[in-house]
Amino acid sequence: MTFISNLISGISLGSVYAIIALGYTMVYGIAKMLNFAHGDVIMVGAYISFCASTYLHLPPIVSIVIAMIVCTILGIVIEGLAYRPLRRASSLAVLITAIGVSYFLQNAALLIWGSTPMTFSSVVGFDSIPLFDGGLIVTSESIVTVIACIIIMICLTLFTQKTRIGKGMRAVSEDKDAAELMGINVNVTISITFAIGSALAAIAGVLLCSAYPILTPTTGSMPGIKAFTAAVFGGIGSIPGAMLGGILLGIIEIFSKSYISTELSDAIVFAVLILVLLIKPTGLLGKKMTEKV
Amino acid sequence: MSRINSKIRNLNKFTLTNIESYSIVIVAYIVISLLNNFGKINNSISGQLVPICAYIVMAISLNLTVGFLGELSLGHAGFMSVGAFAGVITASCLQDVIPSDILRLIVSIISGGIFAGIAGLIIGIPVLRLRGDYLAIVTLAFGEIIKNIINCLYVGIDTSGLHIGMTSIEALGMTNGRIILNGPQGAVGITKLSSFTAGVILIIFALFVVLNFVNSKTGRAVTAIRDNAIAAESVGIGLTRYKLTAFIVSAVLAGMAGVLYAMNFSSIVAKKFDFNTSILILVFVVLGGMGNIVGTIIATTVLYMLPELLREYADYRMLIYAIVLILVMLLTNSEKTKQIKEQIMLKLTRNKKYEEREGGNNV
Repeated sequence: MTFISNLISGISLGSVYAIIALGYTMVYGIAKMLNFAHGDVIMVGAYISFCASTYLHLPPIVSIVIAMIVCTILGIVIEGLAYRPLRRASSLAVLITAIGVSYFLQNAALLIWGSTPMTFSSVVGFDSIPLFDGGLIVTSESIVTVIACIIIMICLTLFTQKTRIGKGMRAVSEDKDAAELMGINVNVTISITFAIGSALAAIAGVLLCSAYPILTPTTGSMPGIKAFTAAVFGGIGSIPGAMLGGILLGIIEIFSKSYISTELSDAIVFAVLILVLLIKPTGLLGKKMTEKV
Repeated sequence: MSRINSKIRNLNKFTLTNIESYSIVIVAYIVISLLNNFGKINNSISGQLVPICAYIVMAISLNLTVGFLGELSLGHAGFMSVGAFAGVITASCLQDVIPSDILRLIVSIISGGIFAGIAGLIIGIPVLRLRGDYLAIVTLAFGEIIKNIINCLYVGIDTSGLHIGMTSIEALGMTNGRIILNGPQGAVGITKLSSFTAGVILIIFALFVVLNFVNSKTGRAVTAIRDNAIAAESVGIGLTRYKLTAFIVSAVLAGMAGVLYAMNFSSIVAKKFDFNTSILILVFVVLGGMGNIVGTIIATTVLYMLPELLREYADYRMLIYAIVLILVMLLTNSEKTKQIKEQIMLKLTRNKKYEEREGGNNV
């Protein structure tokens, strides 16, 4: 029974990682950059939702929508101000800028909300479900998280496969210049990608803090790094890969926490990542890279 | 006089940069020591001198990986950590054997360097097979693994020797021994051995190693690999061997910097050497200029001191730091500023040519 309970919490944590990883992977696929500030957008989303529900007493669903709107705007602004001027710069320059943005968000949050941890109240309205006469308790947060994750996955896949904008995104990720020649507005497409990624980050932030209710300005950084790992694990740039990577990472983390060692669980997660990359250098579902001379 | 001038002109480019690098460090050392002796430097800054030296060595060593080898490493603090704790343990073990502080520091720094080098070898073999962003994420992963493992490491010493365990200090089964490394609490009771002079000597050593490495046959092979791996391979340069050499040299220097850093405090925890520290050093290297050693030294000093200098703005200082970082990156890398720079350069060179021609006519 503990096995199933661990599996459920693993899938639930993994779903949060997967939602964050989707943001990483979409941005990487299109802009070819590692957006290290993504983890901090999660934190901003969680704080906005926290403020909306605590100080304005708005219902949870409204607070989530507000958080999504704020994060979407934030994502577009960050992209426009910090990343767009560096479109053709070296990837290292963009990486350092992203780190700068990450520092900026963390310290701005520190100034606005202070360093004292805030207790996030869960946004989920119903109680946990006991199964097998209470032998197995499925928390309401994990149900909502998994369902949210599946819905997001389906919507995103449909969006990128069927809609005009989605097709434009895929074209830009294949070849930016060719896409521009075909009449796709590359800048707008990249902005939309950042907007979607940041909106997802807001959802992830709220779900993460519902399950682990401590909120500080650095809340987002570790889940951010792990979700980034998950994106690489599944093959960065691939949407199903991010999903698979995230869920596997969550399961591995929870299992190593409960069966091997709490302190070493992060080390085990990263060790598995290294093993996978050594066997499949582009991740589980990643595209094969061809080398041009 | 003219003879000296012509001699200087005859020195090649590399020697000149070398002399420039060494003299900057030595002049800075003399100036700071003098100021310190006359009590012109306040305590908050003089306390930062050794950490700055350690970070300069770190930045020089990371510049070897990022600037000359061309591989992005996000886990460089891991090597610093390995070196730091190996050095602390060595110093603690030798406390009774070697009474001289300086000698003990040297032995610890060497030991830290060796252990970090071994870590570099173990990590380098798998990591250097990967490319680009994948390599970066694996170095990040290794950095986190090292942090996690040291966080669970318990080391103590008693009359029967060194005890190492991973569960708790009681499980080591020591009888009235001394605790060196206490898991998440880190290394405790370190005898402070580092000094500013030792730091500067280590910087000069690191400069010596890196500058000579870069200008050696191996170093040229490494830069060839950075510029075009496939072309380098086709003229018979073995990728793995040269990449690994550069990576290990870089790791050894990072380990030595770690010892210097740790020996400046009475206690040190593994969490200090996390992802953020790796990133901090990477920022120093990128802003200093990749492959530019002098730039790295200056950038490290300025950026490390910036939060200190902004201390009066207290809460806002890290925010200002972040904004400065973003602005510098935008100004140095965006297309528009590049165009403006080119135009200015074009005008300047045109003027110069014009002047030269005018001068020529006069004669």
